[in-house]
Amino acid sequence: MTGFIIKRLVSAALTILVVSALTFSIAFLAGDPAIAIAGKDSSAADIARVREHYGFDRPVAVQYGEWLGKALTGDFGQSYHYQQSVADMLAARLPITLGLGLAAIVFALAIAVPLGVAAAARPASLVDRMALALSVLGQAMPTFWLALLLVVFFGLNLRWLPISGNTTWKHFIMPTIALGFFALPALLRITRAGTIDALRADYVRTARAKGLGPAKILFRHALRNVMIPLVSISAVQLGALLSGSIVVEQIFALQGIGALSYDATLRADLPIVQAITLIVAVFYVLLTLVADIANAILDPRIRENW
Amino acid sequence: MGTFTMSRFRMLLACASILALGAPAAFADKADDTLRIGWGGDGAMINADNYLGGTRTGIWFTKMVWDTLVERDPTTGEYKGELATDWTWIDDKTLELKLRQDVKFHNGEAFSADDVVYTYNTMSAKDSQARFRAIVDWIETVEKVDAKTVRIHTKTPFPQALEFLAGPMPIYPHKYYAEVGSQGMSNAPVGTGPYKVVEMRPGEQYTLVRNDDYNWGSPKSKAKIANVVIREIPDAQTQVAELMSGGIDVTADMSPDLVTKLGGVPDVAAKMSETLRIFVIGLDAAKRANNPAVNDVRVRQALNYAIDREAIVKNLMAGAARPLSTPCHPLQFGCAEEAAVKYPYDPEKAKSLLREAGFADGLELTMYAEAPAKEAEAIMGYLDAVGVKVKLNRVPYEAYRDATMSGKAPAFLFNWGSYSLADAAASISFFFKGGDDDFAQDKDVIEWLNTGDSVTDPGKRKEAYASAVRRITEQAYWIPLFSGVRGYAWDANLDFTPFADEIPRFYEYSWK
Repeated sequence: MTGFIIKRLVSAALTILVVSALTFSIAFLAGDPAIAIAGKDSSAADIARVREHYGFDRPVAVQYGEWLGKALTGDFGQSYHYQQSVADMLAARLPITLGLGLAAIVFALAIAVPLGVAAAARPASLVDRMALALSVLGQAMPTFWLALLLVVFFGLNLRWLPISGNTTWKHFIMPTIALGFFALPALLRITRAGTIDALRADYVRTARAKGLGPAKILFRHALRNVMIPLVSISAVQLGALLSGSIVVEQIFALQGIGALSYDATLRADLPIVQAITLIVAVFYVLLTLVADIANAILDPRIRENW
Repeated sequence: MGTFTMSRFRMLLACASILALGAPAAFADKADDTLRIGWGGDGAMINADNYLGGTRTGIWFTKMVWDTLVERDPTTGEYKGELATDWTWIDDKTLELKLRQDVKFHNGEAFSADDVVYTYNTMSAKDSQARFRAIVDWIETVEKVDAKTVRIHTKTPFPQALEFLAGPMPIYPHKYYAEVGSQGMSNAPVGTGPYKVVEMRPGEQYTLVRNDDYNWGSPKSKAKIANVVIREIPDAQTQVAELMSGGIDVTADMSPDLVTKLGGVPDVAAKMSETLRIFVIGLDAAKRANNPAVNDVRVRQALNYAIDREAIVKNLMAGAARPLSTPCHPLQFGCAEEAAVKYPYDPEKAKSLLREAGFADGLELTMYAEAPAKEAEAIMGYLDAVGVKVKLNRVPYEAYRDATMSGKAPAFLFNWGSYSLADAAASISFFFKGGDDDFAQDKDVIEWLNTGDSVTDPGKRKEAYASAVRRITEQAYWIPLFSGVRGYAWDANLDFTPFADEIPRFYEYSWK
């Protein structure tokens, strides 16, 4: 198993390296970063000064190498625009995005698993149809639209929840629902399909023949098999939520890394964009790795193949 | 989720706002004497040290927490002493200022000449990180004469000095700044201004409380509302929802259509207000793009005649802007409207000028514009009507700037805010004094501007700028369009007035 993990970590490191090199060069393709950094009301002289100050006139590869060398020692440098430490800015914002992503995935699982199992237990029943409707709706409705409906309903009409900001846990309810709803359909479908497959399997027939009750069969035997794909999909979805919370953060004025990356991209604030890309890539890779290990623990068959 | 572009996303948001406006508004902030401000539509103010941060909201924040040496009265335009009490020009490159004695910074340190010397010498140093060099670059050095007297030595004669000193040039406590640096100052700001900082959560929320010691005779009033909470809310629709639900009391990021909609909501007031920003189309008369059409003065004049500015102002800007005939804002000192050659809307005249220039069959014109320029489409329509087919390149700011500087843009639509400075030099001299941003390279204009920027006699300055305005408009180097607008919305219980320099004075506002 150790060999497997090492192999995975090495390939993960290479993936991250390629991703970061790509983002770095894309920033230069979009135009002269000195213009974006100097800002809107800057003069041609301001722009020239910025270009010289940051050495943008040197080859991109040299600049990337320099950035990488520092990043490897944990030095993400200073934000070009805000002229503050990137590490400090990210440290303040990462917990918000991580917390939101985790809450959203928990919310999605809390609905998807019971509903998926119930739908699978009685295919074509009313519950099953509701589950289908919910998953189509979740897939089709853009996140920002749901977010606005929530704001209008819970924030303005009922006045139950604060609309924007991140001071209390209540501020995270609407963002969690909006973001979680985006992850819901995939989890719901995988739970339903997995449970139906499991219920048709031979070992379930055997269990039934042994005289086990339907509840015990469902939870002890069927659900355990559904867990395997569910863990993988959850991990991938969590990664997607981390990078996909930009819109939700923007609407609910949550100052997470999503909002920051949007802002930084507009301002060509390379050190921030690079650091965020790196962090999200690392999370993505780690989550997939964790999912594989968790699956191995859940399923001895996977372990034996290593 | 990722398939939606941000602009499409915004368009759909605008639709959703109609839903939101059905609910009644509710406010409770008068009771706890707390003014809640929502801002951030142009990006968050993360670095509150605005010499380095350089954001619009940073200017507003600076006005609350710090003071400047002089203050320009926003209604009369007169300069009044703030941290300075008197000033005289010793010679045309030396301004001596007498400073107040009885002012203390929020941390208890006494304000003195050392603070002025340190702040300005630090920011104007060659290797300083100050974002907009034009703001500090005119200073050669600042010298302390005694504890309450300083001398500012300028690089060249600089008659606009007072306007700059009244602008984005706050005075920092020298010991504190030297100790904590820019980031420390940003995280725990210390100034002399009407509000003291209680808590900074960069990019999120800033809590301020009234400075009760603000009694030393500043032309800025003592804060009328005791507490201020500022929240960064990037999205205008969310700002509206917060305003409706009482989460904030005032915001300044409303579009004209939102202001119109909010007009019908009880307990909410909304208004478009004119700003010092100007919208213009630059034409490349300096032959960088080598376009024979815009090199011909008759074509440039024809383009000026072809656009109905009044109609655009009325229909797209809620009538709050003013049509422009000058390459600067008429509220700026020296921006002589009477000197400008006027080009009233006259499509027939435009056509005949184009014919005369040899473009009887019309012409094609490539125009670059920054991304959010819906006015561009209206302008294209007008130009099309006189036979000028505009090929519009609506691109992000960087690409726009790249295109103009590398000589790819015969015409370019843009706007300019003059750093909120009420002096024509901040606009005309920036664009017509012969630098890389000058697409006219007119020797006479450069000469006049050199005079206007360096003589101290206001009458002579006015004369010089008037000559420049006359030549620029006569030669139609630009197509001046209209001034900018900013849309405000606020709790009707708040006594709120917008100012033309785009800086809300939050300490001046009170509850009704």
